[in-house]
Amino acid sequence: MKTKYIGKFDPLKDEVVRVIDKDGKVINPTLMPKISDEELIKAYSIMNLSRRQDDYQNKMQRQGRLLSFLSSTGQEACEVAYTMVLDPKKDFFVSGYRNNAAWLTMGQPIRNIMLYWTGNEMGAKAPDGVNSLPPNIIIGSQFSQATGLAFAEKYQKRDGVALTTTGDGGMSEGETYESMNFAKIHEVPVVFITENNKWAISTPTYEQTKSINLAVKGIATGIPSIKADGNDFLASWAVAKEAVEFARSGNGPVFIEYDTYRLGAHSSSDSPDVYRPKPEFENAKLYDPLIRMKQYLIDKKLWSEEKQVKLDEEQSAHIAAEFAWVEENKNYGIEDIFNYQYSELTEDLKEQMNEAKEFFAKYPESKDGGHH
Amino acid sequence: MAIINSIKAVTEALDVAMERDPNVIVFGEDVGLEGGVFRATQGLQQKYGIERSFNAPISEAMFAGVGLGMAMNGMKPVIELQFQGLGLPSLQNIITNISRMRNRSRGKWTAPLVIRMPMGGGIRALEHHSEALEVIYAHIPGIKTVLPSTPYDTKGLILAAIESPDPVIVLEPTKLYRAFKQEVPEGYYTVPIGEGFKIFQGNDLTVVTYGSQTVDCMKAVELLKASHPNATIELIDLRSIQPWDKKMVIESVKKTGRLLVVHEAVRSFSVSTEIITTVNEKCFEYLKAPLSRCTGYDVIIPYDRGEGFHQVNPQKILVAMQNVLDYKF
Ligand SMILES: Cc1ncc(C[n+]2csc(CCOP(=O)(O)OP(=O)(O)O)c2C)c(N)n1
Repeated sequence: MKTKYIGKFDPLKDEVVRVIDKDGKVINPTLMPKISDEELIKAYSIMNLSRRQDDYQNKMQRQGRLLSFLSSTGQEACEVAYTMVLDPKKDFFVSGYRNNAAWLTMGQPIRNIMLYWTGNEMGAKAPDGVNSLPPNIIIGSQFSQATGLAFAEKYQKRDGVALTTTGDGGMSEGETYESMNFAKIHEVPVVFITENNKWAISTPTYEQTKSINLAVKGIATGIPSIKADGNDFLASWAVAKEAVEFARSGNGPVFIEYDTYRLGAHSSSDSPDVYRPKPEFENAKLYDPLIRMKQYLIDKKLWSEEKQVKLDEEQSAHIAAEFAWVEENKNYGIEDIFNYQYSELTEDLKEQMNEAKEFFAKYPESKDGGHH
Repeated sequence: MAIINSIKAVTEALDVAMERDPNVIVFGEDVGLEGGVFRATQGLQQKYGIERSFNAPISEAMFAGVGLGMAMNGMKPVIELQFQGLGLPSLQNIITNISRMRNRSRGKWTAPLVIRMPMGGGIRALEHHSEALEVIYAHIPGIKTVLPSTPYDTKGLILAAIESPDPVIVLEPTKLYRAFKQEVPEGYYTVPIGEGFKIFQGNDLTVVTYGSQTVDCMKAVELLKASHPNATIELIDLRSIQPWDKKMVIESVKKTGRLLVVHEAVRSFSVSTEIITTVNEKCFEYLKAPLSRCTGYDVIIPYDRGEGFHQVNPQKILVAMQNVLDYKF
């Protein structure tokens, strides 16, 4: 396959695909991908929605109405880009835990995501037609699952692609390398991504690796690897689009490093002020993907401040309505902790479930006693 | 003596050990500058330098293997895993190498390292953050596993673990890190590995527990006074689960004739299974009621909305105690 990006940017020389600058001005017109105005607006709208949702969830978390969660704030451009290029009918998204913007793009309803962050497993169940796996907390293991999904696609002669993502910290787990190695040996259609947001909780990327960048980590496995500006939606989309096509057409795996930045806290229970240098953070804010994209769209006459106000209002109302639904529906009954262990309840578990039911019928308040 | 919580007790133990022995070092995810997710190692990098307290790249299998290499070569690494449920990649080395090195090399090489990790539920955490997998560690010959419930025991057991010539896993109940404070001696002292602690003396029922259920059991004993004012309970905090204090438990059951084992981990193939079997073998003729247990159900630890159903709580323990006490052949 003839490529425009893959193989044209050398990770060993730290070359980066970038289309627009921090002010949304096109700096590399030859790299501009073919993407429609509608798609651009749709992408921006999801990025905006994800940001609004992160803000809202932060508020709810501070009020104690939501558990700890991990925000995509700052990383929306690449997350929307790489999921937008998937074919929802046949491709898989194997997420990590910090993938709000990607989940939204895949079609995961906000109420599911919020339900999950209130601690209800039903939130991890994607609706029919949404091939988005539950949030993967165990870092590294999503890379091998994606490899297996892709192996099965190839083996069963279908043309779906699996796409998966982890952080810069996640690139230190052995499993990420091990999966890439396997995927390349079998030339399976998987796109591996690392969202290098510069921090793994309080550990900076430079304490995670002495490699010149993370893209070079794919090179040792023989996988075509490329680095792109993950806060530049156009560059992110261009590279992801080509990578998915590349994998789908039988060329084997691709590895993408998105250069991005975590603008929020690691999770809502962490305070980055303790470890993150303030000047670094102030500088990173100048590269906020939403600001860049919005300015680009305004310059293109596709967007305006009036439209922004309207969009914010609509989205805020939608988010609040979804959360209201979640607050009504977040609790579940005793059966739900038993029912999904096996295809059928074992005799033992039936006994334990009855024991639990009898107990909580008598002492319902003790569910919250002694541990919350 | 200072009055401190368990997380502070961890820090103190490490501080004392590092002060005494330059070969003691600590590492793990984020343990350096920030001091780990629970701040257990806070201040150690500032005091002892980046060579003795540092962030390691995220890779639990590597932590355990590297720790083993250090330990075989004269050092005393104390490795922090962020959460028990997230540290499972390290099991490969714990089971296949760390636990076996003394045996494999017929005593030439040993693995005197310490691996610490938060464990257990009741903290409203996300998936995989509330696992209670102590039985996996207890099942591995060649390592010791301790599970303190108080600040005093936390400091003393960590210092004993560091002193130990064998590899020790320290499981720290997350729920108790900041739950209460206690007077803890300054400086060096140890709590012997393998010795239980009798919280209450009693004649009618032996309750054996460990970790955060120690606190739940104390509450349950209090509640029992309403229905069984004359019953006295012997409450034992095991503190170490491998080796565990067989002697204390057997002597107690010989006196009381009744046993209840309490833990939050799932029921089947658990620590309670081991204790009940042992008591059955050693003092069957003393028993006045079936040996019994109050545990989590055999399900994946539910997320927050369902966790309350699964967790052991004082009311569940109370009912279990009443059942044993009221049992009639
Ligand atoms: C196997 C495993 N070990 C440890 C953790 C605990 N943990 C949660 S997030 C995190 C940092 C991850 O950083 P990075 O991969 O850079 O992703 P980011 O959170 O920055 O998106 C760690 C170590 C985990 N979830 N899984």
